[in-house]
Amino acid sequence: MAVGARPELFSQRRRPPWELLIDRGFQKLAVVLASVVGLVLVGILFTVLGGAREAIGRFGLAFLTTSNWDPIGEHYGAFTAIYGTVVSSLLALAIAVPLGVGTAIFLTENIIPLAIRQVLGVMVELLAAIPSVVLGLWGIFVMEPFLRPGLESLHQWLGWLPFFSTTPLGPGMAPAVLILVVMILPIITAISRDSLQQVPLTLRQAAYGVGTTRWGAIVHVILPAAISGITGGVMLALGRAMGETMAVTMLIGNSNNFSFSLLAPANTISSMLANQFGEADGLQVSALMYAALVLMVLTLLVNLLAQVIVRRLSLKY
Amino acid sequence: MTSFNRGSLTLQPSLARNRWNQLLTATAALFTALAVLPLIVVIAYVLFKGGSLITLQLLTELPPPPGLDGGGIGNAILGTLIVTLVAALIAVPVGVGAGVYLAEFASVGWFARFVRFGTNVLAGVPSIICGVFVYGLLVSTRLFFNQSYSALAGGIALAVLMLPTVIKTTDEALKLVPQELRWGAMGVGASRFVTITRVTLPAAFSSIATGVVLAIARAAGETAPLIFTALFSPFWPEGLFNPIASMSVLIYNFAIMPYEAQIALAWASSFVLVVMILLANLLARWLGRFSNT
Repeated sequence: MAVGARPELFSQRRRPPWELLIDRGFQKLAVVLASVVGLVLVGILFTVLGGAREAIGRFGLAFLTTSNWDPIGEHYGAFTAIYGTVVSSLLALAIAVPLGVGTAIFLTENIIPLAIRQVLGVMVELLAAIPSVVLGLWGIFVMEPFLRPGLESLHQWLGWLPFFSTTPLGPGMAPAVLILVVMILPIITAISRDSLQQVPLTLRQAAYGVGTTRWGAIVHVILPAAISGITGGVMLALGRAMGETMAVTMLIGNSNNFSFSLLAPANTISSMLANQFGEADGLQVSALMYAALVLMVLTLLVNLLAQVIVRRLSLKY
Repeated sequence: MTSFNRGSLTLQPSLARNRWNQLLTATAALFTALAVLPLIVVIAYVLFKGGSLITLQLLTELPPPPGLDGGGIGNAILGTLIVTLVAALIAVPVGVGAGVYLAEFASVGWFARFVRFGTNVLAGVPSIICGVFVYGLLVSTRLFFNQSYSALAGGIALAVLMLPTVIKTTDEALKLVPQELRWGAMGVGASRFVTITRVTLPAAFSSIATGVVLAIARAAGETAPLIFTALFSPFWPEGLFNPIASMSVLIYNFAIMPYEAQIALAWASSFVLVVMILLANLLARWLGRFSNT
């Protein structure tokens, strides 16, 4: 909390001018350092917008709806990457939300002894600390070969569905989604756990007092009370999944050919940036900057929506 | 009054609701096991596969040319330390300063609201966008002595990523410092500067340090922003204005090479990186314990 507007009134000591000067200088310095945040944000926006200007002028909004990425003919459309970004994140979310919220419930409601709960909680937090590139390496050499027979039989049984219509040949959307699940799981678990822990004890006591079971209390009382925090966490995880780069780049196959199949190689905006930026020049750099702008807008919208949802849904006790 | 069967107060496992209860509890336990499984498998694999490769030579030598055996990851370890240090030297003073502003000078008002909002927005910006930003600002414009990719640019990109964490941690930590401490300092005639630097900040030190250590650990593992800024170098670091190797970019570059020796170096590098980050997390926990007491 800030000290009152004029704290010097509390002191009867006469202040030498240099002391006042230091105080004022210190406050100015803090203001300058705080404005760095604004400068960086404006800098990011202008750099990306400036870099994308040429591509925006050339392709306009058609960039978002065409999927032709051709550096030789200088035609660029980011639909495949945008589709990949949105679909991979949403699928990852669909798997990670039940897992994460279930884990959070298991770690907050008195199901197992506190000591074990704490150890498991620390383990989930440590999972968040493992670098994305290490998960990608593990994904390439351990997870993907392990999954491939399963994905192949999925193709054999359900190959008539467009989502499983291609033969899995290694990297593709499905392994990338699973590595994304691993990456966003700790965020959902940690935030859901915090929200569940903040539900007042009296609510639980009241629920148990009228004779409900543990899951009756969880489903009808505790989860509705914690829903704002959980939803906020889920949105935050969605934003993180959309921007996630390294693990996805290493597992998704980086193909600009559009396919509905989850077993085919695909692309996301961030993996496209990671892959092509180093070797791009001219209009391609501008097109990549345009794609970066799209990613920025998408994640910004998701993050703002998260803040709005939390504010709207939060119950006041 | 009509009488009705109140039933027994002891648990009846055969009741449908109790069966449901057990089923859902078992499902939650299964989900928890599934959530913890990747950590165990990844850590075990990295420690086993990477750890078995660790030798003194590996930690101190340069990586071999593609296709050849031997060599090590010495330059990448040193490079990661240098780039992370540069990032910390930029992000910690700026972040702590901004946090001090938010907590001590202006907890209300449009500018404080803007800085808080901006910090949240910045925290949500994908790391690769930070890389693109620093690429556009410094690398493509050759701002530093006409150099393009450089360790300094890499450090700045990581600093942008660390900044929101450091600001938030400082702000939160300072808010938890009891107001009486500030009044006490002011009461004995301390100036604002002295109150903050000698009383408030030291009181919040361990909380701030915890956040800073976690931010540094996260930055050390980042790859995406470094691809555009620090690039990679197969040689020893040649100053701050030249491309520099880092463990994370080494893992990315070598993992997709078709050579066994390079893939082995990627595993070894993962081992060193994961051990460093886990140690940093333990340090943060240890520091956090002080702030709780």
